[in-house]
Amino acid sequence: MTRYFSEDHEWIEVEGDLGTVGITDYAQGQLGDITFVELPAEGSTVGKGDSVSVVDSVKAASDVYTPVSGTVAEVNGALADEPELVNTQAETGGWLFRVTLSDAAELGALMDEAAYKSFVESL
Amino acid sequence: MSEYPVTPDEDEAEDLAPLTLPLDAWHREQGGRMVEFAGYMMPVQYEGIMAEHLWTRENAGLFDVSHMGQVYISSEDGITADLEAAIETALPIDLSTLKLGAVRYSLLLDEEGGILDDLMVTRWKTGFYLVVNGATKWDDIGTLRELLADEVTLNHLDESALLALQGPKAFAALERHAKGEYPLSALTFMKGGQFTLGGVDAWISRSGYTGEDGFEISIPGEAAEDIARLLCGEPEVKPIGLGARDSLRLEAGLPLYGHDLSPETSAVDADLKFAVNKRRRSEGGFPGAERVIADFTDGTARRRIGLTLEGRMAAREGAKIFNENQEVGIVTSGGFSPSLQHPIAMAYVDAALVAEGTALTIEMRGKRLDAKVAAMPFVPHRYHR
Repeated sequence: MTRYFSEDHEWIEVEGDLGTVGITDYAQGQLGDITFVELPAEGSTVGKGDSVSVVDSVKAASDVYTPVSGTVAEVNGALADEPELVNTQAETGGWLFRVTLSDAAELGALMDEAAYKSFVESL
Repeated sequence: MSEYPVTPDEDEAEDLAPLTLPLDAWHREQGGRMVEFAGYMMPVQYEGIMAEHLWTRENAGLFDVSHMGQVYISSEDGITADLEAAIETALPIDLSTLKLGAVRYSLLLDEEGGILDDLMVTRWKTGFYLVVNGATKWDDIGTLRELLADEVTLNHLDESALLALQGPKAFAALERHAKGEYPLSALTFMKGGQFTLGGVDAWISRSGYTGEDGFEISIPGEAAEDIARLLCGEPEVKPIGLGARDSLRLEAGLPLYGHDLSPETSAVDADLKFAVNKRRRSEGGFPGAERVIADFTDGTARRRIGLTLEGRMAAREGAKIFNENQEVGIVTSGGFSPSLQHPIAMAYVDAALVAEGTALTIEMRGKRLDAKVAAMPFVPHRYHR
């Protein structure tokens, strides 16, 4: 399993051709208390960089972009009742959706954990 | 991930570098996340909007609102009939019913009755003290200067800081430090008086923008940090940022200028009839009086209302409102209510659809959200009357 990060503060953990996507702990800290998560439809086709999910906080709504293209395989149903999981477990239980990758080569454009860490420090 | 700026976003001075306020260093020391607001660097939150919001509803929160404009209007001879007449030419207020130390909500209107700002007017011994919105204060001062007779003196108290201490425990915390000719308990809602706080002269009024009991405190800017430390040293008090200030005022049903009020809105459609005092509704003699009086007689095409939403997805400013498939209004403020745990909104809708319980839908990101017209405040006011 390998974890990648985007400059838009999404993470994706890839196992075979299945990627699990969420927002980073840094991102949830910037957004503050999350009150609602709008998730993509299972089975929908998404393209790298598309806005596929929206995270609502008390103060604002924020787009989440998929870091890879593919088909949405599953969404995190637990977020319907507990959107705060994105705050408390951003990079584990607060994942947003799983996508079946259509082009694994897209992962090459993403950062590894060390590169993302220095990217955040540069902000 | 990218963020839609929803609030705060008022910045009339967008081309200028943001200014700092007297408590800037203190906010940073307290862990405040600073953002630009109304031309100043201000704390949007400290520990988090939800926690700060709920703390204020249960305890007491200290808000720095020093970006707001404090203005003193007087004349060489103190308060005279001419001074009162001059102010009544500028505002739809009846000063004959405003007693010493009393605070009243009023509106600055343009010639068409459009709202240029909402403000507070207080009668002091020798003049009138006004508090206006931060983003509009420079325009307000210009407008007032034009409307007021030359003999009237208008001072911008730009060396004063303004703090608000709000919440059910605000009184207990403030009473330990407020000294004056009379006790702090002499103040009831919308009454103010002169006190000292930690030895510093302070004008304190029992008023605020959260719906809770609380106080607004005008002090010299150079004393602001000492007073903030003094008050936050009390166990009931924590510093609260602009984010919770917005969610608290929304629950309290209080409109925010630049969002729920603008030159496109009037006293009557904004449901602020009380801001046009009775005598002025018949006598007129203030900017836009013709339109305002006509609105009182004829009603308006739309009205500011509250909406409660089903589900958890919030409607935001600018979202369109529908009755069946007909567009009937627009959301002017909206968000998730920390106290009620569901989304709420303020909106303008067709006057035929303002009855409590009317079912409407709101379009958000291609979805239709179910909403019902609700009485405001959403969370009951707990003023000390």
